[in-house]
Amino acid sequence: MSDTVIRVEHLGKQYRIGTQALQYRTLRESLTGIFSRDRQTQPVGRIWALKDISFEVQRGQVLGIVGRNGAGKSTLLKVLSRVTDPTEGLGEIHGRVGSLLEVGTGFHPELTGRENIYLNGAILGMRRSEIERKFDEIVEFSEVAQFIDTPVKRYSSGMYLRLAFAVAAHLEPEILVVDEVLAVGDAEFQRKCLGKMSDVAQQGRTVLFVSHNMSAILRLTQETLVIEKGHLKMRAPTPEAVDYYLSQGYAQEGQRTWDADEVPPDAAPFRPLAVRLLNMQRKVVDTVRSTEPFNIEMEYQLDAPITGLRVGLYLMSTRGEFIFTSFDTDDSQRFEQHPARAAGHYRSRCTIPADLLNEGRYVVGINASSFRVRRYFHDEQALNFTVDATGAPGMHWPEPRLGPARPRLDWQIEVV
Amino acid sequence: MSSKPQALPVTYLRPPRGWIPLNLSQLWAYRELIYFLTWRDIKVRYKQAVLGVGWAILQPILHMVIFTIIFSRLAGLKPDAGIDPDLYPIFSFAALLPWQLFQGALQRSSISLVANSNLLTKIYFPRLIIPFSAVAAGLVDFGFSFLVLVGLMLFYGVALSWNMVWLPLLMLLALLAALAVGLWLAALNVQYRDVQHMVPFLIQAWMYASPVAYSLDLIPADGPWRVLYALNPMVGVIQGFRWALLGAAPPSQIMWVSVAMVVVLLVSGLYYFRSMERTFADTV
Repeated sequence: MSDTVIRVEHLGKQYRIGTQALQYRTLRESLTGIFSRDRQTQPVGRIWALKDISFEVQRGQVLGIVGRNGAGKSTLLKVLSRVTDPTEGLGEIHGRVGSLLEVGTGFHPELTGRENIYLNGAILGMRRSEIERKFDEIVEFSEVAQFIDTPVKRYSSGMYLRLAFAVAAHLEPEILVVDEVLAVGDAEFQRKCLGKMSDVAQQGRTVLFVSHNMSAILRLTQETLVIEKGHLKMRAPTPEAVDYYLSQGYAQEGQRTWDADEVPPDAAPFRPLAVRLLNMQRKVVDTVRSTEPFNIEMEYQLDAPITGLRVGLYLMSTRGEFIFTSFDTDDSQRFEQHPARAAGHYRSRCTIPADLLNEGRYVVGINASSFRVRRYFHDEQALNFTVDATGAPGMHWPEPRLGPARPRLDWQIEVV
Repeated sequence: MSSKPQALPVTYLRPPRGWIPLNLSQLWAYRELIYFLTWRDIKVRYKQAVLGVGWAILQPILHMVIFTIIFSRLAGLKPDAGIDPDLYPIFSFAALLPWQLFQGALQRSSISLVANSNLLTKIYFPRLIIPFSAVAAGLVDFGFSFLVLVGLMLFYGVALSWNMVWLPLLMLLALLAALAVGLWLAALNVQYRDVQHMVPFLIQAWMYASPVAYSLDLIPADGPWRVLYALNPMVGVIQGFRWALLGAAPPSQIMWVSVAMVVVLLVSGLYYFRSMERTFADTV
């Protein structure tokens, strides 16, 4: 008997494209469609979110899955966890699949922490006896013991996430499918979650792990699938796959643009148009000099007014470590000037000062959100660029300098 | 908890084609989830209401008062022949009980899929669980209002009859009727949100088409009228309640028509639901 736990062959998933409004028709539209011939003439766009995906996973393997937003990773996980059926191809899965496509699925704000542990555990496929057995462990992991009998709507967002992850982390299926759940929570908690994930892997269970966090992928997985535009581009040992992925054109010459169909429908009314790197002459560039300031500009359309909107960026190393996060309304006075943004076409541009970054490759992520209300859009890897350190402090010594910052500091040397 | 390799269940992923089996045994495997979702619905419903479960008692009582004033006092409607007209309050309450069970179950189940869309798009489980648990959530309310009924019967001096042992079966019929229609509406609502606007109206019309406020005696006994009337399964259920509690005429052939109607709706509803199920996660 082979030890293959997941085998998929030529798996494909087709979606009808268009806005959501197209997907759920009104009854009237359908009824009139029956009587008129409109149905025939109305072209229905279809896209393959996944096409011809074949791979196998062995028992106990931890497989990473990387790809740009919209490449089809999430669709693949949804098909594997049976949330949606494939349009073509076959799959065979040995064992229970626990899917963690989102933390806190099914949490109800009115219920207490304790009640939500039971509810969420049952939704994730745990038996009641199993939940009872692990209850104390879950509470301890979540660090919310004091508030366990408080409705979760009174929790801070951090507490909420910790509790949600704690329940999910104690699932014990033979196959665990995890989507980007580690991107939430504070750094300390992320570390804890990563630790828990590697425990799971060491217990010999099979894990499929989707993440944009390359250091997490490198740490947890031995092998990784790279998915591009719905196709399986490569399967390789993780370091190789990560290198391929990072070098693979997600930099589009200093500019990344979004077509309408690349924007997830739940971003509405926010619609990203472009993010670009500009030098001081306002030219789009993909390499900047460490010794000169440069701009990062985000261009977007609001199809309806948004209250409390902030548009900002993350700067990360190519290994996924955050360097900083900044929003266009971080300045409280500016925030007061823009309490709400009317519908329209906008640009938010910031200047990154000279003598800040060390040489190397960097990744710009963008985020558009209203604090504690909603995250409209988020792409952790919108763009990447190179910093050239010519003329930077210390360049007369041809050595790599550690760390992402390369400030020009004011040194004094005194003889005492 | 390491599991033995040979015991692992195998799942096949393949494009859905052709006739889809109902797979009702899966519901049994997931019975704990049905229980928890039902429990959640019940808990959440009363969490923030000051009167809490009191609403389960108040609602049918208020309806009874309104019905008694309007239909009995003003319109002069009478209970079934053989029942003291002064018992109209109990006569209407005996119908309101199963009616509210049915109405609540239908209301909740028809919007259940859309209301739980976050689960549908994130987690796999047999989708039938959602309307099932929505239907079951009304049982607690029923229990409380049943106590009120017993109290009312004692107050009015109505003797309890052994026919009451049939009540659980009649309740089951009401719930199955709600489930049958709820399955159709829930699946349709995923694609056509018009359904949720239509449901309140449907329920209101359905109530007037059922002998809740008036007596079955108003329907002509000769000719096909009663049989046609009983195509509405709630006719059989309500008449059954009045028979078991108040000694109204037994709903003999009416009951068979109602049961047959529920079976037809339920089986077709289950198949329709199953055939639409594959698209829920993509459309909802």
